[in-house]
Amino acid sequence: MINKEVRDIADALSGIEDGQVVMVGGFGSVGQPDALIEGLIERGARDLTIVANNAGAGRIGLAKLMEAGRVRKIICSFPRSAGSVVFEELFRAGKLELEIVPQGTLAERIRAAGAGIPGFYTATTVGTLLARGKESRVFDGRTYVLEQALHADVALVEAWRTDRMGNCIYRESGRNFNAVMAMAARTTVVQSCGMVAAGVLDSEAIVTPGIFVDRIVVVPETANARIAEAGAA
Amino acid sequence: MIMIAYKSLSRKDLAARIARDIPEGWYVNLGIGIPTLVADAIPAGREVILHSENGILGFGPAPAPDAIDPWLINAGKQHVTLNPGGSFFHHADSFAIIRGGHLDLCVLGAFEVAANGDLANWATSAQDSAPAVGGAMDLAVGTPRVWVATEHTTRDGAPKLVERCAYPLTAPGVVNRVYTNLAVIDVRDGHFVVTEMVAGLTRDALQAQTGVELMFEVPEYA
Repeated sequence: MINKEVRDIADALSGIEDGQVVMVGGFGSVGQPDALIEGLIERGARDLTIVANNAGAGRIGLAKLMEAGRVRKIICSFPRSAGSVVFEELFRAGKLELEIVPQGTLAERIRAAGAGIPGFYTATTVGTLLARGKESRVFDGRTYVLEQALHADVALVEAWRTDRMGNCIYRESGRNFNAVMAMAARTTVVQSCGMVAAGVLDSEAIVTPGIFVDRIVVVPETANARIAEAGAA
Repeated sequence: MIMIAYKSLSRKDLAARIARDIPEGWYVNLGIGIPTLVADAIPAGREVILHSENGILGFGPAPAPDAIDPWLINAGKQHVTLNPGGSFFHHADSFAIIRGGHLDLCVLGAFEVAANGDLANWATSAQDSAPAVGGAMDLAVGTPRVWVATEHTTRDGAPKLVERCAYPLTAPGVVNRVYTNLAVIDVRDGHFVVTEMVAGLTRDALQAQTGVELMFEVPEYA
């Protein structure tokens, strides 16, 4: 019988090694798999490249991972926000490499990786500093730049409900990057707010089919903590 | 010269001025800052569908403090509500909506806007090695109408409406209209054309706070 649920967070993160590319879902703190990030700190892998929309806030989660010196490079769209103190410190000290990617290009590069598309053209960044060094091409009189797929070794995502097959649904704006990142990594690890029996999720409404998911670990949501974090961000 | 008193719009009144011009049925994305305030200023009974980069169509005003839903935030990471008929989708679909030209309008903030429609709103200098671009570049190139909401000058009084942007561009030639605390200004054929000024403001006073020559389609005294 297929059962992708694993015992604990250490099992969920087994195999993550130094130098790997790790995608982390979420937008701000909503949909961010906090327990998996904590687990990654404990696991101790170094020189990681992190792909995420934000570079963390305060000294928890992604910021804590960076502060622990585990991150070599971050690929994101919005590193600077209120409370991104750890990012600021490390970046200014030259201890963190940064690749800034417009949010839509970031999402599409991840989607392309999951969809087996090596690159695509977009008008985003044309005529700006972020287009420097990129190939461009004219279609129907308009210039587009070539962007390449962004693959990962591991994707850490948070889902609302999952079943043993790996099918996932998300909650409200918690879907964000999670559903795209789940497609784009060699190994996708889901932090699930709750398991349900196979057949309970509406097959018409499953957002991430189980084929994209390798491991699931259940971590019940802590709603109050989330409100506090979002308020601080 | 006779000085005539004028009162510039508050951020809230500026948001309300913009909201007045958004017709029923439009799909609209609001950037961070003054544009966000437009969400709370849509006239009652007018159905405008608001889009948020993090995967929402049809979000509504901020919730009451005791009714906060931790899973529901806008692109500015503020708690919002969901209107009847609202929907959720993932980030790639959200930017397919943007890049695919499906929205009617985005309202963005600006460091500078040039008379040729160039927009600069993401990096404070070419030496700023860690600017936060977010979704601004995708919105600027993907949305058929780009309106800018901004104070007319910086806090130091320097003009934000200029001949050419000195700040790094978000996108070239994309802005259609600028709403400031002093005026409504269309971008047409490489010129700023003033179509509305706050009461009591003179053309000269507005021109003095602008970095490029304005054209006027308003009377001397509004």
